[in-house]
Amino acid sequence: MENINLTEIRWHGRGGQGAKTACMLLADAAFNSGKHVQGFPEYGPERMGAPITAYNRISDAHCDVHSNIYYPNYVVVVDETLLNSVDVTSGLHEAGALIVNSKKTPEEIRQKVNGYPGKICVVDATAISLETIGKNFPNTPMLAATVKITNLIETNKFLQDMEESLKHKFSKKPHLIAGNIAAFKKSMEEVLVG
Amino acid sequence: MARKDKMSGNEAVATAMRQIEPDVMAAFPITPSTEIPQYYSKFIADGKVDTEFIAVESEHSAMSACMGASAAGARAVTATSSAGLAYMWEVLYIVASSSLPVVMAVVNRALSAPININNDHSDSMGARDTGWIQLYAESNQEVYDNYIQAFSIAEACRLPVMVCQDGFITSHGVSNIELLEDSEVKDFVGEYMPADYLLKSENPLAIGPFGVSSYYMEIKRKQAESMKASMPIITEVADKYAKLSGRQYSFFEEYMMDDADIALLIIGSSAGTAKATVNLLRSEGKKVGLIKLRVFRPFPRESLAKAMCKVKAVAIMDKAESFSNSGGPLFSEARSSLYDLPNKPYAINYIYGLGGRDITVEHFCEIYNDLFAIIDSNDPGDVYRYIGVRDSRFK
Repeated sequence: MENINLTEIRWHGRGGQGAKTACMLLADAAFNSGKHVQGFPEYGPERMGAPITAYNRISDAHCDVHSNIYYPNYVVVVDETLLNSVDVTSGLHEAGALIVNSKKTPEEIRQKVNGYPGKICVVDATAISLETIGKNFPNTPMLAATVKITNLIETNKFLQDMEESLKHKFSKKPHLIAGNIAAFKKSMEEVLVG
Repeated sequence: MARKDKMSGNEAVATAMRQIEPDVMAAFPITPSTEIPQYYSKFIADGKVDTEFIAVESEHSAMSACMGASAAGARAVTATSSAGLAYMWEVLYIVASSSLPVVMAVVNRALSAPININNDHSDSMGARDTGWIQLYAESNQEVYDNYIQAFSIAEACRLPVMVCQDGFITSHGVSNIELLEDSEVKDFVGEYMPADYLLKSENPLAIGPFGVSSYYMEIKRKQAESMKASMPIITEVADKYAKLSGRQYSFFEEYMMDDADIALLIIGSSAGTAKATVNLLRSEGKKVGLIKLRVFRPFPRESLAKAMCKVKAVAIMDKAESFSNSGGPLFSEARSSLYDLPNKPYAINYIYGLGGRDITVEHFCEIYNDLFAIIDSNDPGDVYRYIGVRDSRFK
């Protein structure tokens, strides 16, 4: 069996926070660095604020599997309150990591996730977003933290790539580009690994 | 020259549509196919294509508008899902029976009730007897390739084609794809030049007249023959497309079948998950294989039966319930195709994935284990089964 060097990522967020967008942007960025990618949300009756799940598969060759991801290498939690209602570490590899948007320390988070023994990473994505972009878009810093922790894409390449795609996306709102780039950089610097 | 990109299955269909630039698109939005007319409307608004977009008030009208446009000699397309396809029912038959080569992108979604927006094949499987050719895809790449081939098939056979993909799973899932150049696609499908059409004044033509009993049956017999005659055309188009793209298509794909003891027969995106299961079990030395059906209409009865006869037991996977009390639509036809063959395998039906119920590598392992048990014991047990259902009463 060919080793395709597969990394599987599961995103947990709430409708409206941009977890799906972050998942799609990660797929774009990984594609641009030569990877084979899948990016897909789990669709249902979405409402603002309802829990949503999105998934990435990133590999060196084509991945055939089309099911959801039950045994992820990484889990990203865009909204900390989900730790109270969703079993976010379900199936998460011990050699992987849980990445949470939180002001808390990794040890404090560990107590909330049944003592998950792997790496726990925290970044205050909400505060970073408010400071750099001026609005609460926690997905932008969470995407950057995920890139940093997973090591799937070279960080400078990722930043260049994002700058290009933001220029395209915000051609009529150029003031948002610098804020988003600052959010990426700050999140990569501040993410705590515990 | 192929261009590497990444996009969803819906975007892939809209891109192929832009490259083909049909004369008319009539569509009404319904999840999960809505993005197709949405992307295409943008291509029209941006001046990238010169297609007449008819924003209709229902799917019945969408198919009726396609029928009128096609009868008038235009290349006509639409896209739909689920209840939208069901609402087209009456007109599906008229389009096929009038030999109109309409191409429709179907993004497969469950039918109500209860209301569900997720994937299964109950919509297009319900339309299996309407006289349309049906192509199914495992991935965004396959739906793109099938969509381009559909025009050559439809126009050579004078039959409409449904190009089906799995709702959300491939329609909204982004992954890598290789696109052909616009000019390559335009050359491949060519200019649509029907020999006869309604607005050709030198050769007046009636379409959809009354057919009394003394004519009707001959017309239906001829229509059935045209479905049979489409088989070599589907092969020719696939071969021509392989020369252009390097990707060879057939009525079905055989995966690790040459020395297999047991196999699955499956349609659509879950075939990918099943292939990963084959790889896993092969790494443990288990001789398992898979057949992925691409063309359900016309049904490749003889060649498919021959392929299934390579193994001792085959699990026939249906992502649709027929409520027939004798298995799903693929099971009924595939199993029936085995009837005359002396060395036929055990054929077991599994209904799976209804309304978006996920099917995983673990489920496929369970099915292959069931098949090994059947060939060991020479006892197929109940051949009409479900997988991935919670209610223990229905094990």
